[in-house]
Amino acid sequence: MADKVLVELVTPVEVILSREVDMVVVPGGDGDFGILPGHAPLLSTLRPGVVNIYEGGAVTDSVFVADGFAEATEARVTILAEDTLSMSEATNEAAQARIAEARRQIDAAEDDGGRAAGERALGTAEALAQVLERRDRRP
Amino acid sequence: MANLKELRVRIGSVRSTQKITAAMKMVAASKLRRAQVAAEAVRPYADRMERMLSLLAEGLPELSAAPPLLAGTGKDEAHLLVPVSADRGLCGSFNTNVIRETRRRVFGLREMGKTVTLFCIGRKGREALRRVFGDAVVGDREGLMRTGVAFADAGAVADELVQMYETGAFDVCTFVFNRFESVISQTVTARTVIPVPVPEAEETPAVAPGGRALHILEPSDEEILAELLPRNVAVQVFRALLESFASEQGSRMTAMDSATRNAGEMIDSLTLTYNRTRQAQITKELIEIISGAEAI
Repeated sequence: MADKVLVELVTPVEVILSREVDMVVVPGGDGDFGILPGHAPLLSTLRPGVVNIYEGGAVTDSVFVADGFAEATEARVTILAEDTLSMSEATNEAAQARIAEARRQIDAAEDDGGRAAGERALGTAEALAQVLERRDRRP
Repeated sequence: MANLKELRVRIGSVRSTQKITAAMKMVAASKLRRAQVAAEAVRPYADRMERMLSLLAEGLPELSAAPPLLAGTGKDEAHLLVPVSADRGLCGSFNTNVIRETRRRVFGLREMGKTVTLFCIGRKGREALRRVFGDAVVGDREGLMRTGVAFADAGAVADELVQMYETGAFDVCTFVFNRFESVISQTVTARTVIPVPVPEAEETPAVAPGGRALHILEPSDEEILAELLPRNVAVQVFRALLESFASEQGSRMTAMDSATRNAGEMIDSLTLTYNRTRQAQITKELIEIISGAEAI
C-alpha cells in the first residue's frame, strides 16, 4: 500500500490541485469523510464545505467547494466541483456579498427554475459564511 | 478616364477598411488563444465526469430502472435541435454552415414524421432560422459568448433544457455546433446531449459478480445519478459552447486575414490606375502646351 494518495481537485475551468498528499478530508453529502491511502472505492456527492489537505500532520491547503462529486479509489481521490474558493483568499465580506447577491437573484427570479438556482446559490453562500465564521473565531 | 480625385478617395476608403479588418484579425487571434486554452481546460473535468458516469451506469441492474435522463423517454418522436451560432457576423462561413446543417436536419427529421423544435444559441442562427421555421423556434439565447464562455451560463441553459425535457417537451436533444479542429478548419458536428450518452468504460469493470457496484455510494446510486446527470448535461453544453467559441474566433481570423489581403490587392491595383491616370494627364497637358507653342 502506498503511503500517499493522489488528490485531484478539478473544476470545469481549471485543475486546481493535483498532487500526492497524506490525507484528504472531503465534505460529503452525508457528512465529512477523511480519505487515507488505500481507501475502499467510493463515490459521493458533495455538500458546500471545505476540502482539507493534510501533509505531515498539518493542514497544508484548504479549499471551499460547492456542487460536485468525489470519487476515491485506492491511490487516488478525484473531486469535481463547479465552484471553488481558496480559503486563504476568502473573506467574510465576500461571503456576505454572495449572500446578498443570491437573495437578489431569488427576488428577481421569474420562474421556479430561477428561484431554485437562487436558493442553491444562497445555500452555498451561507455555508461559506458559516465556515469562515468558524475559522475566524479560532485564534 | 477615371477622375483622379475619385481614385484618391477610393484608395483612402479601401485603406481604412483594410485597417479595420486587420484589427479584427488581431482581436480574433488573441481571443482565439484564450478560447483554445479554455477549451482544453474543461477536458480533465469532462473526462473524469464521464468516468464516474460510466462507473455508475454499469452498476445499474438494468437500464429501464434508470432515470429518464439516462435511459430516455422510450420514444423518439419529438426532437429538439440546438444550433450554436455566433452573435455577430464577419466570420466567414461559420454561421452559414451551422444554419445549413440545422436546416438539413430539420427537413430530414420532418420527412421521417418527427416533430422538431429549435432552441437557438446565438443571434445569427436565431435570425436565420426564425425566418424559415417561425414557431418551431421555442427558445433562444444570445450574448453568451462575448469575451469567453462562463460555466454558469452553460449551466443555466442546461437547466432550462432539462426542465423542458422533464415536462415532456422533447425526447431527444441534439446540439449542432462547429467543432474546433484547427484555426483554419472547423467541422459542423451534431451531438446528442439528452438522453445522456454513456461512454464505454476503459477501466476494469467495477461490478461484482452479483451485478452490484463495488463502490461505496454515498448517499445512494440513485441520488448520485440524479445529481450527476444534469451536471453532465451542463458540461456537455459548456463543451459545445467552448468549441463553438473557439471555432468562431478561428473562422473570423481566417476570414479577416483574407479580407485584409484582398484589400491590399485592391489598393495595389487602384494605385496603379491612379499613377497611370496621373501620368496620362501630365502627358496630355505637355502635348497641349507644346502644340500650343508650335502654333504661334
